[in-house]
Amino acid sequence: MKAAAYRTPRIGIDSVQHQARMTELWETEPGLKGFLSTVDHKHIGTRYIVTAFVFLVFGGLEALLMRLQLAGPNKELLSPEQYNQLFSTHGMTMIFLYALPILSGFSNYLWPLLLGSRDMAFPRLNAFSYWIYLAAGIFLYVGFLMGNGPNDGWFNYVPFAERDFNPGLNQDFYSLGMVLFGISTTVGAANFLVTAMRTRAPGMSLDRMPILIWGTLTANVANLLVVPAVSLAFFLLWMDRQFGTHFFQPANAGQPLLWQHLFWIFAHPWVYAIVLPAMGMVSDGLPVFCRRPVVGYTLLVLSTVATMILGFGVWVHHMFATGLPTMGMAFFSGASLVIVMPSAVAIFAWLATIWLGRPVVTTAFLYFASMILLFVIGGVSGFMTASVPVDWQLTDTYFVVAHIHYVLIGINVFPVLGAVYFWFPKMTGRLMDERLGRWNFWLTFIGFNLAFLPMHLTGLWGMPRRIYTYPDGMGWDTLNMITTVGSFLLAVGILLFVVNVVKSLKSGVLAGANPWDAHTLEWSVPSPPPPYNFAVIPTIASRHPLWEDRLGEPARSSINRGMLLDEGKETIATTPLDAEPDMVLEMPEDSYAPFLSAVATTLIFVGVLVKLWILAAVGAVATIGALVAWLWPRRELREREPPPVQEAVHG
Amino acid sequence: MSPTPLGYLEAAGERAQIILPLTWLTLTISILVCLVIAILLWMGVRRARLAGGAEQMRQVEIIHGAPGTQWFTVGLTITAVLLFITLVWTMVALAKGAAPAAPTAMTLDVTGMQWWWEIRYDSSEPDKTFITANEIHIPVGMPVLVRLHGGDVIHSFWVPRLSGKTDTIPGQTNITWLQASQPGRYRGQCTEYCGAQHAHMGFEVVAESPADFERWREHQLQPAPPPATPEQQRGMQLVQYRCGLCHEVRGTLAAAVSAPDLTHVMSRRTIAAGTLTNGAGVLGAWIEGAQQLKPGTLMPNQDLTAQQLSDTLAYLETLQ
Amino acid sequence: MADSPAIALAEPKDIPVGPIGRHGIGYWGVGTLVATEAALFAYLLFSYYYTGASAPHGWVLEPHPTLKLALPDTILLVASSGVAWIGERGILDQRPGQALWGFGGAFVMGVVFAIVQGYEWHSKPFSLGTSSFASLYYVTTGFHMAHVIVGLGILAALFLWTALDYFSPRRRLTISAGVLYWHFVDVVWLFVFSTYYISPYLGFGT
Repeated sequence: MKAAAYRTPRIGIDSVQHQARMTELWETEPGLKGFLSTVDHKHIGTRYIVTAFVFLVFGGLEALLMRLQLAGPNKELLSPEQYNQLFSTHGMTMIFLYALPILSGFSNYLWPLLLGSRDMAFPRLNAFSYWIYLAAGIFLYVGFLMGNGPNDGWFNYVPFAERDFNPGLNQDFYSLGMVLFGISTTVGAANFLVTAMRTRAPGMSLDRMPILIWGTLTANVANLLVVPAVSLAFFLLWMDRQFGTHFFQPANAGQPLLWQHLFWIFAHPWVYAIVLPAMGMVSDGLPVFCRRPVVGYTLLVLSTVATMILGFGVWVHHMFATGLPTMGMAFFSGASLVIVMPSAVAIFAWLATIWLGRPVVTTAFLYFASMILLFVIGGVSGFMTASVPVDWQLTDTYFVVAHIHYVLIGINVFPVLGAVYFWFPKMTGRLMDERLGRWNFWLTFIGFNLAFLPMHLTGLWGMPRRIYTYPDGMGWDTLNMITTVGSFLLAVGILLFVVNVVKSLKSGVLAGANPWDAHTLEWSVPSPPPPYNFAVIPTIASRHPLWEDRLGEPARSSINRGMLLDEGKETIATTPLDAEPDMVLEMPEDSYAPFLSAVATTLIFVGVLVKLWILAAVGAVATIGALVAWLWPRRELREREPPPVQEAVHG
Repeated sequence: MSPTPLGYLEAAGERAQIILPLTWLTLTISILVCLVIAILLWMGVRRARLAGGAEQMRQVEIIHGAPGTQWFTVGLTITAVLLFITLVWTMVALAKGAAPAAPTAMTLDVTGMQWWWEIRYDSSEPDKTFITANEIHIPVGMPVLVRLHGGDVIHSFWVPRLSGKTDTIPGQTNITWLQASQPGRYRGQCTEYCGAQHAHMGFEVVAESPADFERWREHQLQPAPPPATPEQQRGMQLVQYRCGLCHEVRGTLAAAVSAPDLTHVMSRRTIAAGTLTNGAGVLGAWIEGAQQLKPGTLMPNQDLTAQQLSDTLAYLETLQ
Repeated sequence: MADSPAIALAEPKDIPVGPIGRHGIGYWGVGTLVATEAALFAYLLFSYYYTGASAPHGWVLEPHPTLKLALPDTILLVASSGVAWIGERGILDQRPGQALWGFGGAFVMGVVFAIVQGYEWHSKPFSLGTSSFASLYYVTTGFHMAHVIVGLGILAALFLWTALDYFSPRRRLTISAGVLYWHFVDVVWLFVFSTYYISPYLGFGT
């Protein structure tokens, strides 16, 4: 019997036979084969999270070495070259290899579960984006371990990055590695956009989406549009270095500031991309611990979108000392002040949720609540630098280093740590230890503040950034020592976190489906979720499906009864605004194509790096082959005729 | 010198003085905002009913809770007002700081190089023009225009007590200005990462009375004195034929311009771009072991016999 | 009996299984690809205008670039979009012959475009390393050429799959997605052409 092109999906409830059939359709093969070919977002998300944490630890170790060098004046623990590679690699690792991938990992894992779907819109592309990320991370670290790490800061200004001043492979590793990394981010962004727009559960209109979805969505739309700027910048740099072009060299009418514009057009939106999803996690997690829906959902959504849009228009505030015309700087200064407003909305929403709720203090709550204060501290130092004249004193001093660490650790790391405590039970079926959690939290919080609060003063007292040592008599000695001590305390806090994760994986209390009595859809499925996520597709009637009874909502979501979609590996596609079901989506099987495409693509970059053109050509041919195999129209996916013969459906 | 020579919470120059009150305004607003939020957060968390873990969650019932509109109306209004004040003050300070109030009495051309500063004193009379390095003298109370040139990579010219930062960028000329309001010696530093010895690219600005400044300027215009002793004579030969490959000493055959001008090197308080306090012993250590004192610097270690070193120093000491 | 709250339950009737026509998530996917690549070209053109605006006099090396090759080449490329469209219509109207002619024709026109462009590069009086203007010219048109080559690969695949009789008016999202990409490549060329061949005549950078 040929499968019909149109169908009325059968409605039903879960059953043992249904679970068995669904598991058979969706489960990934165990062992190495499954590892290399899985397209299950839960596996991919977990990998992203673990890999990103590994990079967080690497970046942290780099920082601790730097702090030892800077603990006092005129130290000689590290040579200038070593220090300069360390601070550059630290920045690159944290901002690129940790900060976005960790959020991509959480979003990858959680989105289909939050959206009532069975996987992301493009599961194979999802796997590919992870493999490329891993490849780019390895590529960049091979450079570092060879003594050819980036050495011009993470923003890599020209002319110092040009061949004349930087003849080694350092810049070539960084440039090509970043282009490779950009591919991962871009395809990931496409996946998030289409998933959010087309694969939400029926009834989940835009104004019912969890705020984590909004945060990740805006961040990824932005990335889609700005990652090409930095990829282009690095490509042009590589061309200058290898092929004698003159994009950035003034001697041949090139323009050094072109680098800064292209870089910051990308990097400013990027810094919002690495915090908006985390802010979304707080907006979705904090209300659970305050036993009420979040205050100001609409304002929070609007402020997320507004921050991202305004975020495109402030990049010149990184260039206030470059001699730009006053009128231009005034505009960007104004925009940089205005962008404080949507951030303020989030602060008030979260504070109000605590005040007007009934807080229950758990470790996750502590992380989500404390980030409010750290956000504000980071935010006000940013507010100060938004004013051009003040920035002329503050920029390139440790004041900015204090600012960036408060916003990055405060608005990314703290929410991430809270998110682990919050979602660990869902992902593993076990709760993390709360007592160890308290120790972990307080050590991290105190260590972080001890390290970075004094840094504001270090900056106001003029210590420049990116110096491998400093003389005595500048007034910075004690402050630097305090910062070093704080950084080690912070490291111990993170170590305790890792200990808690490992311990809880083995012996944590069993969690059940909804240990926190939370309100979003992921808490309606078992912990850990079955490979197919939802036995039946839920229909959504509000922002908090699992709290509707208690809140006396007029309409109720249907969690236990819905479309079965068990005639293949299937989920439902819905319309972008109102989420009305409009198509049955046939999902791809596990496949080696993403892994092989990633390996082939990486081969191209390795060949290009060492100028072994034959290797690059082999990589190119292999990539084309893998892509053709991947995109070959398949009958099961209904990409071509004739339709597949339908298997008999079990009752 | 002050305990925090590079700090900018004190101003000794007009341009820094325009910025300082705005810095205090934004700093005060920032600290107050942090305190208020911290208090609100603390009070909010203290209202917690329970502490614990998952077991405690179901003991507290779910509520709708109040809409919390006032949090937004009050909070956003206060935020907007504070932002607006800052915005207006910023625009005023930006306009005031763009150019000096009075026409400038003097123009300097400063070129940033890895890892030192070349300073050229221009004049309408060509024989009143001279070049020096790493130590700038200016007359107190008079606006000085500074043209900033990029010699190799991007550096940034910063004297916190006198002015904010402006980059030196190859291919363009940036403008800043200095006007000291009191005499003193003010520390400056490069503040754009520029390579291995970015950490050791400082300089000093000496603000002195107009009379003292004129004396200094006249003195700087003099070429090097002829050597008076045989030692100095031998030293001069060494300086001309070795140091002269990169350095200039006016009045001798040493005429290269890729390294700091040494004609009056002993009149400067520091060497190696603010890294070391000047003196014969330090100078000797620098000549023999620049790579140990400032690793990666473009000056190679000089292989000299003890006699050669002593002669060289004897001559250099005459370059007051 | 008290009013029990309504339980929302989606019970769609007769919905498509898999993509029908252009309606499918794959089309959204190619749309995101087009968006990101369009942004890339926007940044390339930004680099041109920014560098040119701050460059010294005479930065544009050819104030009156010859249009002898470039203009017909542009017309050829735009026409190839029309031919690809005809090919897509062939699928929609179930005329496989027309489809093959369309994709094959667009492929050939694309190849001719590339050859002519290569000749144009060869006959320029400047090379990659002559100046920033030259570097931007070659890298921008080079990036476009790379996208043309990818597009040729896609047209070849569409030709092959059409010849294998894979598609129908209903199942042909792959075709529409591939043709969309080709249209995108052609539209981008109009922007690149206007920048490098027309704007000097209007006075930019000369």
